[in-house]
Amino acid sequence: MSFTNHRKMQLYGALLLLPAALLLTTFAYLPTVTTVINSLFLPGFRGAPTEFVGLENYQVLFDDPTFWQVARNNLLYALGTIPTSIALALGMALFVNGKLPGRGFVRMAYFTPTILPMIAAANIWMFFYAPQIGLFNSLLGALGIPGVNWLGDPSVALSSVIVMSVWKEAGFFMIFYLAALQSIPPELKEASDLEDTSRWSFFWRVTFPLLMPTTLFVLINSLINSVRVVDHLFILTKGGPNNATNLLLYYVYENAFSFFDRTTAATITVVILVVLAVVATLKFTILDRRTHYQ
Amino acid sequence: MSQSRIRLERVTKRWDATTAVDGISFDVTPGQFVILLGPSGCGKSTTLRMIAGLEEASDGQIHIGERDVTRLPPGDRGLSMVFQSYALFPHLSVADNIVFGLRSRKVPKDEQRQRLAKVAGLVDLTDYLHRKPAQLSGGQRQRVALARSIISEHPICLMDEPLSNLDARLRSDMRREIKALQSRLNMTVIYVTHDQVEAMSMGDRVILMQHGKIVQDGTPDELYNRPASAFAASFIGSPAMNLLPLEAGKEGAVIVGEPHTPVAPLEAVGGQLGIRPEDIALSTTSTTGVPAMVVSDEYLGADTIAHVTVGNHNVRVRMSGKHALAGQPCRLYWARENAHLFAADGLRRDDLTPTPLPRSPHSIPRPPVVGSFQH
Repeated sequence: MSFTNHRKMQLYGALLLLPAALLLTTFAYLPTVTTVINSLFLPGFRGAPTEFVGLENYQVLFDDPTFWQVARNNLLYALGTIPTSIALALGMALFVNGKLPGRGFVRMAYFTPTILPMIAAANIWMFFYAPQIGLFNSLLGALGIPGVNWLGDPSVALSSVIVMSVWKEAGFFMIFYLAALQSIPPELKEASDLEDTSRWSFFWRVTFPLLMPTTLFVLINSLINSVRVVDHLFILTKGGPNNATNLLLYYVYENAFSFFDRTTAATITVVILVVLAVVATLKFTILDRRTHYQ
Repeated sequence: MSQSRIRLERVTKRWDATTAVDGISFDVTPGQFVILLGPSGCGKSTTLRMIAGLEEASDGQIHIGERDVTRLPPGDRGLSMVFQSYALFPHLSVADNIVFGLRSRKVPKDEQRQRLAKVAGLVDLTDYLHRKPAQLSGGQRQRVALARSIISEHPICLMDEPLSNLDARLRSDMRREIKALQSRLNMTVIYVTHDQVEAMSMGDRVILMQHGKIVQDGTPDELYNRPASAFAASFIGSPAMNLLPLEAGKEGAVIVGEPHTPVAPLEAVGGQLGIRPEDIALSTTSTTGVPAMVVSDEYLGADTIAHVTVGNHNVRVRMSGKHALAGQPCRLYWARENAHLFAADGLRRDDLTPTPLPRSPHSIPRPPVVGSFQH
């Protein structure tokens, strides 16, 4: 291949990359860079120029007890939603992958929460959680148990939000597990049946290891979702009571659009980005080594 | 060794309206290498899976040794199986794949190691034990599957088309290896295949199936020399036996379109005359025998297949050596004992003997009989 030909091929490749690169730059990389820059400056008041303050914004943020409360909430939220929704998704997938009557209907039923927009789902759960007329308290009342203020009690509110999120997410992850389960050849089960392998043993020795790529994928996705999806907070709690259910992204939104403090919002955003990047890298490097890809 | 005797009694498998296996019975004695042969969809794999316990029989009984195992789960039947797809666990190493069943049955670690070492040597996998199945060739994967069934030390091994994913050359090597392992370990093997070459070369006994029923159950010799039906005749042998419909002529039954040479008594009319391509002698100089015309010839190296027309029919003739005969008129001759008669329903007729053809003085020599099963 001659030199000019080589150049042509490079140009060709670059042109093919251009549309994606353009979109990513406009909507992902430029905002990221401006956010990082914003987090290093203080805005000038009354026409004064912005002032470079280095890491001072971070210092202020880390001294803010509300930030730590919100971060702690988000950690609890992640710990509450991720393992539960993954375990539930796997359980549901195993269940609907077997032979059972009305399998298609059950699969659809499990998947329904995923199709609903988060806002709509949260509205439905508002009716479940409502203190007086809500479904849960009506049921408890029928049994003679005093109702709980599901979203109003600071000690319960975060758990209520977690339950709703698990309900919403598990069906989505189930689809990935179901697809992965169906790609496992049935002969593997037959071969192990011939050796009298118990179901339990087959699951841990064959099914689960073969599902590892899916588990890894779902794990990363649920982690991202736990800081990315906050739509339900707008409907259910607005981060209250007293920040008991406030999550990082919602806190960013509050800072930016309720308090008009874009600097703090930018600073928190950068912190989120760094934490997510570190966790995702750790997961991929540690779990990838133990994962079998087909 | 009576533990490995297998007996099927009127075993049937139905799925809704379709009957995959229709009341078949046979008895396998210990140490036998039995082939279930037939075209796809004939029920041979289903039969095997019912013996294994992977499908439940709709009707009939299956006995292994003294026990009725018809309703027992696969793990309690004391048999192992080699799958067409090998069914290797992709995330486990070769060693872990082989000892998978031993772990399930909680065999002590020390014994596992000993048995693994022994079996790995037997199938020549000692250097590959740490590899994953994806890093092996097709033949090696096949060996892992074999090793996994050998290590279980069950007296019975079922094989479901184990060689069909291999290329032709490897297949003939593995045929010999499997056969050698079987006789060395004195296993009872039931082997499913649609390949008549595998059936003839490996089996002590071949059970030919069609439409869920047994067509013929006998030694490879019997299947070749005395096919029980026109189907059996056309399924065994390559190229297949020529089957020529018979009609009434002046002095007996004649091949349709060739009214001058009687080939069978009149009672055979409506049925078919079967002659193997290797049993026909073709001569361009002879004046006796069935007149024919060579349409084309196919040179295969050791021999030539001539396609000739007799009456309205195409007949294949196998000749040793190379011959260029296309376009020439010729005469065909076959010995009476090599002609088979089949009734209108396809079944063999032994009550009639074919009419002998006048012997031709010059004919091209027949190929040796041993060559007939080689690819």
